[in-house]
Amino acid sequence: MAGSNPNAKPMNLTLKVWRQKNRNAQGGIVDYQVKDISPDMSFLEMLDVLNEDLLRQGEEPVAFDHDCREGICGSCNLFINGRAHGPEPGTTTCQLHMRKFNDGDTITIEPWRANAFPVNKDLSVDRSAFDRIIQAGGYISVNTGGTPDANEIPIPKDIADRAFEAATCIACGACVASCKNASAMLFVSAKVSQLALLPQGHVERKSRVENMVAQMDKEGFGACTNIGSCAAECPVGISLENIAILNREFLSAKATSNNLA
Amino acid sequence: MFPDSKIPEGPLAEKWDKHKFNVKLVNPANKRKYDVIVVGTGLAGASAAASLAELGYNVKAFTYHDSPRRAHSIAAQGGINAAKNYQNDGDSVYRLFYDTIKGGDYRAREANVYRLAQVSVNIIDQCVAQGVPFAREYGGLLANRSFGGAQVSRTFYARGQTGQQLLLGAYSALSRQVAYGKVKLYTRTEMLDVVIVDGQARGIITRNLITGEIEQHAAHAVVLATGGYGNVFYLSTNAKYSNATAAWRAHKKGAYFANPCFTQIHPTCIPVSGDYQSKLTLMSESLRNDGRVWVPASKETAERLRKGEIRVGDIREEDRDYFLERKYPAFGNLVPRDVASRNAKMMCDEGRGVGSSGLAVYLDFADAIKRNGADWVSQKYGNLFDMYAKITGENPYEQPMRIYPAVHYTMGGLWVDYNLQTTVPGLYATGECNFSDHGANRLGASALMQGLADGYFVIPYTIGDYLAQTPPKPVTTEHPAFKEAEAEVRARVQKLMSINGTRTPDDFHKALGHLMWEYCGMARTAEGLQYAKAEIQKLRREFWSDLKLVGTEAEMNQALEKAGRVADFLELGELMVDDAYHRNESCGGHFREEYQTPEGEALRDDENFTYVAAWEYTGDNRASALHKEDLRFENVKLTQRSYK
Repeated sequence: MAGSNPNAKPMNLTLKVWRQKNRNAQGGIVDYQVKDISPDMSFLEMLDVLNEDLLRQGEEPVAFDHDCREGICGSCNLFINGRAHGPEPGTTTCQLHMRKFNDGDTITIEPWRANAFPVNKDLSVDRSAFDRIIQAGGYISVNTGGTPDANEIPIPKDIADRAFEAATCIACGACVASCKNASAMLFVSAKVSQLALLPQGHVERKSRVENMVAQMDKEGFGACTNIGSCAAECPVGISLENIAILNREFLSAKATSNNLA
Repeated sequence: MFPDSKIPEGPLAEKWDKHKFNVKLVNPANKRKYDVIVVGTGLAGASAAASLAELGYNVKAFTYHDSPRRAHSIAAQGGINAAKNYQNDGDSVYRLFYDTIKGGDYRAREANVYRLAQVSVNIIDQCVAQGVPFAREYGGLLANRSFGGAQVSRTFYARGQTGQQLLLGAYSALSRQVAYGKVKLYTRTEMLDVVIVDGQARGIITRNLITGEIEQHAAHAVVLATGGYGNVFYLSTNAKYSNATAAWRAHKKGAYFANPCFTQIHPTCIPVSGDYQSKLTLMSESLRNDGRVWVPASKETAERLRKGEIRVGDIREEDRDYFLERKYPAFGNLVPRDVASRNAKMMCDEGRGVGSSGLAVYLDFADAIKRNGADWVSQKYGNLFDMYAKITGENPYEQPMRIYPAVHYTMGGLWVDYNLQTTVPGLYATGECNFSDHGANRLGASALMQGLADGYFVIPYTIGDYLAQTPPKPVTTEHPAFKEAEAEVRARVQKLMSINGTRTPDDFHKALGHLMWEYCGMARTAEGLQYAKAEIQKLRREFWSDLKLVGTEAEMNQALEKAGRVADFLELGELMVDDAYHRNESCGGHFREEYQTPEGEALRDDENFTYVAAWEYTGDNRASALHKEDLRFENVKLTQRSYK
């Protein structure tokens, strides 16, 4: 079967891929050639082709994270030619297609680089730090049952829409990988903003931002210096405005905090 | 004798309330003495784990993902149904119940579906309280839209990302319980077997996907919320990791598997573009409101088009066949999913398919653009058009979309009683993993509803009934059954590693997927199913003698993970074929070509097939035993669906 465009020419590419046996091993770049890559392939399908070849030749396939391949689960996380998720703006790695590259190209593929995201193997990294930040307060403390009717508290549409925009973060970690300080501020601010905007989130507003920021620092993410590469590289367009909201939430929480620690 | 489905006596509307009163309770101080394992952290798993922990049980939650938030529930687009009747348009619990039973082509249990409709209203309250940002009207109240199979607007949504927002709500509730220490979370940990002690589920065996360690976990009860098995077809709209291993392992340990042949094929997906294709992407059904479906009227034109000799714009109006409008003048392009899918396949089988593969039909917006302008179309469908352009590299404003049906959801699953308990005491199944609520066809926006209903509002009650009858003594992994189960898992992993053949796991998976799609997909025949059965058996033998893996089992090894899942698909696929072969009727997603009306529509056989087919595993390479649970319809009258 050929691709959808009968005139599209297959490409031959050189891949420079980060290989690392496990968390503690020394890693390095290894060169591979891939041939007859259809421009209609997704980037991950191109890696599938490489991995099938490697496996047939008795070599270990390249480990990488992926799952939904629709740009929503946030699993895929490749640093392609020096950019998180590659050259196309507003796109996750799984939605990047090979037609964005040219025959003969050399493509460098690395894992996210951040102290808080140790490498599991090859291109797969451990992002459990994000989960621990959410566990520190990224929720509204309601048990199942006993909640009021969903229409009891009207929420202005523009507020609901802004909360939604912030809530669309997929926790891929591109913001951290793109930041020279490996800061997680955009990720944390997206959750803080979503819940600070909604009336249901107001009750725990102060403790939430304090605890989430404390956990973020504890995980070893760097500080934010407002450069904005996180928002520029975010595949789902999380706005830098959220960081301003987080800073405001944090300051007002600290100014009136009962938490003296 | 068939196991008791435990449907409560009494009038439909009172069954659940009565049952909640009749189930035994565990007193609050005793709850902390019980451990519950929940496998899977999608909507059904995360909601169950959080709710059970809130009640006071000690929960261990398992996911093979790096985070609970990655489960494939996250990819659901359209929305979630609930009988709130906020629109004052005549909705009610009874109407949602009725639509769901009818949509399922009368192959679901009345009592379960009614309960689902009842608790649907609580789900929306719960999610809003968690901070799920549903779409709202300018007055600040919640917005609704309409969906297939319903004449009321009861679907709540968060743009095209409803599944994401609902899952993040459940994930936040789960995260809170992790912080409280009531849930112990195991990420990148795959369940490879269930442990049965004295006939009851008492734990699981897992593999750590980073280190390769095989571990034992004990609990008083086990809940499987591990999703559907659509990936048996290789290509589907499911995520790449979605698999049937947990459910299939449970099946082999005694849990019956119900209606495995009931699979849903969604008509509007972006078609396959090459052999390398790894998955399929859904384009929302809403597009059929304004898009017209067509193929070239003649085979010759289609052939020239495929070769690139002519372009789509060269085909004159009279040389186009708007086949849905032609065959179904009343419903036109808006016929139900199964009908639209089957007809697209028929066109391609006739050689009139488009795209270089010939496996696609056009979905054309030229008329809508001419009528209302490109801006109007963009406002309505902009994000879908963008996604289409990103994947195909084509501009759908300038040329028609190419679409083709794809496997999307599986209605079949582990058989469960009214309490969501499988045929193994102490082993429960929730969400897409069970078979319970959708009959032979699921309506849009009902999967999210069922996952959350099971997890938030059903299992917290019903599991207590079982635990209350279990002594609150600590459970350990000391029983020899744990050692045996672990030994079996180790032997199987080592066997996979030691075959040392020539073919990759994906190679086998693709071959299986091709067989399933051709012979157990949109249209099935007795002859084709017989052929597929023999081929699957052959493929399975080849798998176990010619599989190629490298590396070791004592490290992260994604090909090994894949191989284990494919091995299980190779067994489940055969059961699906058996089920499709035995069901001599057409209903919902199951279309047997021998059973159709003169107009080519699905022909049910209510007299002989108004039952749930529950299959019992009887041993390797032995025929599964069929058990029938008769479906009794006391409130709804069975009728034939027609869309002409």
